[in-house]
Amino acid sequence: MLSLPPVQKLLRQLPAGPAKPPVGGDTAEEVTSPTKNGSKWLKMENGNFFAPVWYRHDDLKEMLDSNKDSLKLEAMKRIVAMIARGKNASDLFPAVVKNVACKNIEVKKLVYVYLVRYAEEQQDLALLSISTFQRGLKDPNQLIRASALRVLSSIRVPIIVPIMMLAIKEAASDMSPYVRKTAAHAIPKLYSLDSDQKDQLIEVIEKLLADKTTLVAGSVVMAFEEVCPERIDLIHKNYRKLCNLLIDVEEWGQVVIINMLTRYARTQFLSPNQNVSPKAEAASLAKRKPYVMDPDHRLLLRNTKPLLQSRNAAVVMAVAQLYFHLAPKAEVGVIAKALVRLLRSHRSVQYVVLQNVATMSIKRRGMFEPYLKSFYIRSTDPTQIKILKLEVLTNLANETNISTILREFQTYIRSMDKDFVAATIQAIGRCATNIGKVRDTCLNGLVQLLSNRDELVVAESVVVIKKLLQMQPAQHSEIIKHMAKLTDNIQVPMARASILWLIGEYCEHVPKIAPDVLRKMAKSFTNEEDIVKLQVINLAAKLYLTNSKQSKLLTQYVLNLAKYDQNYDIRDRARFIRQLIVPTEKSGALNKYAKKLFLAQKPAPILESSFKDRDHFQLGSLSHLLNAKAVGYQELPDWPDEAPDPSVRNVEVRGRASEGVQTPLGKEKAEKPFYSDSDGESGPTESADSGEDPVAWQGMGQENPSEDEEEEEGAKKAKKKKAPPGRKSHAETSSEEASTSESSSSGSDSGSEAEAKRRKAVRAGPGWGQRRDTWTPCLHPPTSLLVTDLEGLTLTDTSLTPAVSVPHALPGMSRDPCPSWGLQVGGSASHTPAPRPRQLLSPAFGAVRTYELLHRMAGEGLSVEYCFSRRPFPGDPHMVAVHIQISNNTDAEVKSLRVSEPKLLSGMRIQEFPEIERLAPGDTANVVMGIDFCDSTQAANFQLCTHTRHFYVSIQPPVGELMAPVFMSENEFKKEQGKLTGMSEITEKLTLPEKCRSDHAIVQQVTSAANVGRVPCGADNEYRFAAKTMTSGSLVLITLEQREGAVAQLTVNSEKMVIGTMLVKDIIQALAQ
Amino acid sequence: MIHSLFLINCSGDIFLEKHWKSVVSQSVCDYFFEAQEKAIDVENVPPVISTPHHYLISIYRDKIFFVSVIQSEVPPLFVIEFLHRVADTFQDYFGECSETAIKDNVVIVYELLEEMLDNGFPLATESNILKELIKPPTILRSVVNSITGSSNVGDTLPTGQLSNIPWRRAGVKYTNNEAYFDVVEEIDAIIDKSGSTVFAEIQGVIDSCIKLSGMPDLSLSFMNPRLLDDVSFHPCIRFKRWESERVLSFIPPDGNFRLISYRVSSQNLVAIPVYVKHMISFKENSSSGRFDVTIGPKQNMGKTVESVVMTVHMPKAVLNMNLTATQGSYTFDPVTKVLTWDVGKITPQKLPNLKGLVNLQSGAPKPEENPSLNIQFKIQQLAISGLKVNRLDMYGEKYKPFKGVKYITKAGKFQVRT
Repeated sequence: MLSLPPVQKLLRQLPAGPAKPPVGGDTAEEVTSPTKNGSKWLKMENGNFFAPVWYRHDDLKEMLDSNKDSLKLEAMKRIVAMIARGKNASDLFPAVVKNVACKNIEVKKLVYVYLVRYAEEQQDLALLSISTFQRGLKDPNQLIRASALRVLSSIRVPIIVPIMMLAIKEAASDMSPYVRKTAAHAIPKLYSLDSDQKDQLIEVIEKLLADKTTLVAGSVVMAFEEVCPERIDLIHKNYRKLCNLLIDVEEWGQVVIINMLTRYARTQFLSPNQNVSPKAEAASLAKRKPYVMDPDHRLLLRNTKPLLQSRNAAVVMAVAQLYFHLAPKAEVGVIAKALVRLLRSHRSVQYVVLQNVATMSIKRRGMFEPYLKSFYIRSTDPTQIKILKLEVLTNLANETNISTILREFQTYIRSMDKDFVAATIQAIGRCATNIGKVRDTCLNGLVQLLSNRDELVVAESVVVIKKLLQMQPAQHSEIIKHMAKLTDNIQVPMARASILWLIGEYCEHVPKIAPDVLRKMAKSFTNEEDIVKLQVINLAAKLYLTNSKQSKLLTQYVLNLAKYDQNYDIRDRARFIRQLIVPTEKSGALNKYAKKLFLAQKPAPILESSFKDRDHFQLGSLSHLLNAKAVGYQELPDWPDEAPDPSVRNVEVRGRASEGVQTPLGKEKAEKPFYSDSDGESGPTESADSGEDPVAWQGMGQENPSEDEEEEEGAKKAKKKKAPPGRKSHAETSSEEASTSESSSSGSDSGSEAEAKRRKAVRAGPGWGQRRDTWTPCLHPPTSLLVTDLEGLTLTDTSLTPAVSVPHALPGMSRDPCPSWGLQVGGSASHTPAPRPRQLLSPAFGAVRTYELLHRMAGEGLSVEYCFSRRPFPGDPHMVAVHIQISNNTDAEVKSLRVSEPKLLSGMRIQEFPEIERLAPGDTANVVMGIDFCDSTQAANFQLCTHTRHFYVSIQPPVGELMAPVFMSENEFKKEQGKLTGMSEITEKLTLPEKCRSDHAIVQQVTSAANVGRVPCGADNEYRFAAKTMTSGSLVLITLEQREGAVAQLTVNSEKMVIGTMLVKDIIQALAQ
Repeated sequence: MIHSLFLINCSGDIFLEKHWKSVVSQSVCDYFFEAQEKAIDVENVPPVISTPHHYLISIYRDKIFFVSVIQSEVPPLFVIEFLHRVADTFQDYFGECSETAIKDNVVIVYELLEEMLDNGFPLATESNILKELIKPPTILRSVVNSITGSSNVGDTLPTGQLSNIPWRRAGVKYTNNEAYFDVVEEIDAIIDKSGSTVFAEIQGVIDSCIKLSGMPDLSLSFMNPRLLDDVSFHPCIRFKRWESERVLSFIPPDGNFRLISYRVSSQNLVAIPVYVKHMISFKENSSSGRFDVTIGPKQNMGKTVESVVMTVHMPKAVLNMNLTATQGSYTFDPVTKVLTWDVGKITPQKLPNLKGLVNLQSGAPKPEENPSLNIQFKIQQLAISGLKVNRLDMYGEKYKPFKGVKYITKAGKFQVRT
């Protein structure tokens, strides 16, 4: 238990007035004080003009301290308004925190808002509120439990980390899915507060991942992504369930799950496009088996497709990226339509979608071609949208549609938006380079633009033309001449530089003009931009090499100017070029090659989209949008060369067969769970285990009938309405399917927890009804050492044979309808009320256990023991027969021994044993009494009277004794089990100890723990038992499924949930011993 | 996920901040202001801004910037969609999503934000759930509250959050049970200079207002469902049923909501209900130009075209316009250079016409481009795609609801290039 600073001490620390006025802060505090506080204001004015800020909060404090909720509310509203405006209200902390337990729900909520905002700054004081939340965590109302956990986990105070950890663990096994969802939300909060808790949190995540409700799925995957995205192995067992639940998860959860599954699928499946990939060599292709898509891969694609119809753009985008990254080429097309639909949405949505479409359209152009016109630009679009649409249009351009696109571009060029025009010119340039057919048309169009009045347009055209000319300079000397003339007018540096470079590069084509241009440039050299100066030097050098006669002096002049330039780049360049081109005695061998150096053939630039290769980022991600890795980005892995073992996703299908997807996998041979050996128990039933009072627990179950059964309920409703198989009924099947697969899936709790539980169980001993303090369990759970222990156990395997030999024809025996075969096996002695019934309770069978009713000391020499004989009580089938053995150890005779004054809960009945007239010293008497426990484990209290004394005694039945075996066939069993799913089904994992692995040991342990009959079973690693509760006759069905080695799974189906839960615990305990 | 949210008005005041994790200083918004300055136009502020320690994702709605602070990788659309949902919720609660409305209801806004996100991850975004948690303010309630001191926070805990139909609250009761469906279709079109259609498609939505008691299960069928090319659904709709039978089957949320939105593809020929004759020219070396526009109805299936409005962004060089309208009135804003002509109803007998002179800045070069005309109009009682609702059936409840369907066609992004 965490020790909190004593509240009293803290309270003493509470400043009567504020301890420290905050420095700086809200000078313009706008609290419009009510008139009744006028005197205070006066006082302040009389005093220091720069009164500390806190002074002005005095009225708020008074209001908070008042008894009236309305005043408190008013004060809190004003405080929240301050917070909203970013003003400092931290000095009110003590006054506010006192109201955390206020009855008024709105005050309470506002206090929570305040607390979450300032707790970090006032950690000590914040601790005062913790106990309120701790109380809330145990509230019977699920919504209150959830909200307590939510606020508790939002308080960022490191000291409460252990409390948070406990609360999360507790909530993760809460009955209510809503509380479990909140627990999932709390995980990343705790993780960000203290990342050392990672291992423990992973355990919780693992448990919650196994949850089968849609409410939890999204939140826990979000927690998974924030805490341990690298633990992809946790997903295996839950993969199919997540796929099936996906459509019913709330939309935000869908996005997170889809993104995670995309990554998962990339690690687990083979690329569906490998056969078409050009890289694949023929040889390796031949070797490779023909590609068959993993059914799980297909499942994912199939189940996400309907979500393209979601109204939520984020969901649509998530599915689109999933298809883009995972689907076979032929199927990717379906996403185009949905993405185009998003283009009608808000500007910011359009922006993001277009970015992604731009990337996609490079890789898969065909996909968007039918929607070409949807990317046409309107004059009212914002510039950034226009430019993105232009990008897409350019990517989509091909030989067939280029003429339409160019016509569109012509319209765009005349736009008033000059940035857009510039981008259009670039786009034309790109179309021209990509599609040779239209190159000349484009070039002509661009040349026409050179006479445009707008300089920017001209400059952009020059730059693009330069790039185009580089591809085929010889035919275009006219254009170069035309451009040379432009140097007089055009001022944009980039354009000037481009022209100069062009003239220099192709000076042979314009031998007359080039020196003239150089002359002009030399004149204006000092006034040029740096980028232009560099090109002037280049031009000079090239002319010197080709036409030194005309340009020698000019070159010298330019180089001299450059020598004294302010920019060192230019000075360096000038020095370098001078050495290179002007032969001196010092200049080396390079001089000879100067011409080759300068006038080498230069490859034409490739005009590429800036979106090329962006798809190495997962589409739809922030990193993709920024084209830079964002913090916390998870790389999208490459497809594996060899598919990892697909069987890791298998979960044993039990009971009713599930639908198509799983059938092919069902055929596969027995699989090994991923890391089965350290499996412990887990599952939704832990709340029972965590020691709540069973009765209270039951009550709660009734109070919230919705809980787990919601889906089924909804589905039933739908059925009543004769709703044909719609989305909801689909949901039903999928959830049922999920539940069948899920309940048998491995919760794969780590061994440490399992071990801890076992130890607790041992500690708890036979007093199974004992309550445990909720806060004690595993504050510091045993470490991994124990895991190895467990693994060691499993490795030694089943070498231990049972010490006691019991007939192996157990199934046959169980066909015997006699309800007490356990005793029959025990021996015929039990049939007669033998004088020494203790023999009957021979420990070798362990089937019947004696309990002490009255100790020899307490009974003053009279000792009474009882056991449950498991035979029908004559006269009343609803009663449990209790054998009572009374020994008289006194030296006097005990007379008229009888039962009197039973104190029973309503409904319970006792059939007393006939009065024993006398019991001689040293003698023992055996009697039978019947008790109807009403299917509850409440004790029956009564008095045992002798002629002299009264002893208060009570008999409390173990849950296993509240039932009687029933005979049923395997089919009946399955049928009944099918009716008892959902909340009536409780599943636990357990590890069988060595001595308890053989058939009969298991059967024996189970039948010793509960009065059940075995049901014949076809499979040899499965054990089934059935019973009916005594009073109500409700069926209790037990299935124990032995997996590899020591791992087993126990399922109890019973509509009496409390009995079911307790039974599970008892059986596990029995098996563990 | 979402770390903090700042609401900023057009003049750059941060008037509300909310933090879901530790507090992020307001100074982070400086990066946003910088980007805003660079963008000149509000429309061009990039939705995602990268700063050294954070990422800012913003939307612009109703003259307010919603700027969210993100610290690590998250799908940008996730945040954007959520912010729009926040704005929609404000709209829903206060009737408008304006700075004054938010400032007036700052406590409710705060409570809403608190419920909508937990640790930056969306928690409750369904309006039906939120309204159970926090009641929207009404005049009556605020009067009652001020007298009785009761609050806006619902004292019943929301059960909808726990059910598998989270969009509908439980225990709905009405005395008049009504279900109304508005089929609204918008025509997006680009018409080129010569009057031929460059691009046209129909975007439709069905907005519903459903006030039915209990848990009604509705199914809505169409006469011609194959028309719908691409549909997106409210989560309440059973997708499988649509796939197999083309019937919308759903348990509706309570109140107003958008049932589906759909697109009728451009493959189907879209009937354009209006035509525009235009003559806009600017003379070289002269400070004037001519402007002459006529709008007329076309293929309107016997329905009148109403509420016709034309807006034109004139080139910067335009100083003023001297026009006469045969019908309606026009305004020209010389600052933004926007010409608006409110035509009203078009009668085929007398076509509305707007013509006159354009005054240009003297000495400025002649505008390169003629401005494009943006047209708005409305046609009542007509779904231009021809979509027709066949019938609405209700299961699960006994009463007889009143059912109504209304059709309307509007211009969406309807642009005429000149």
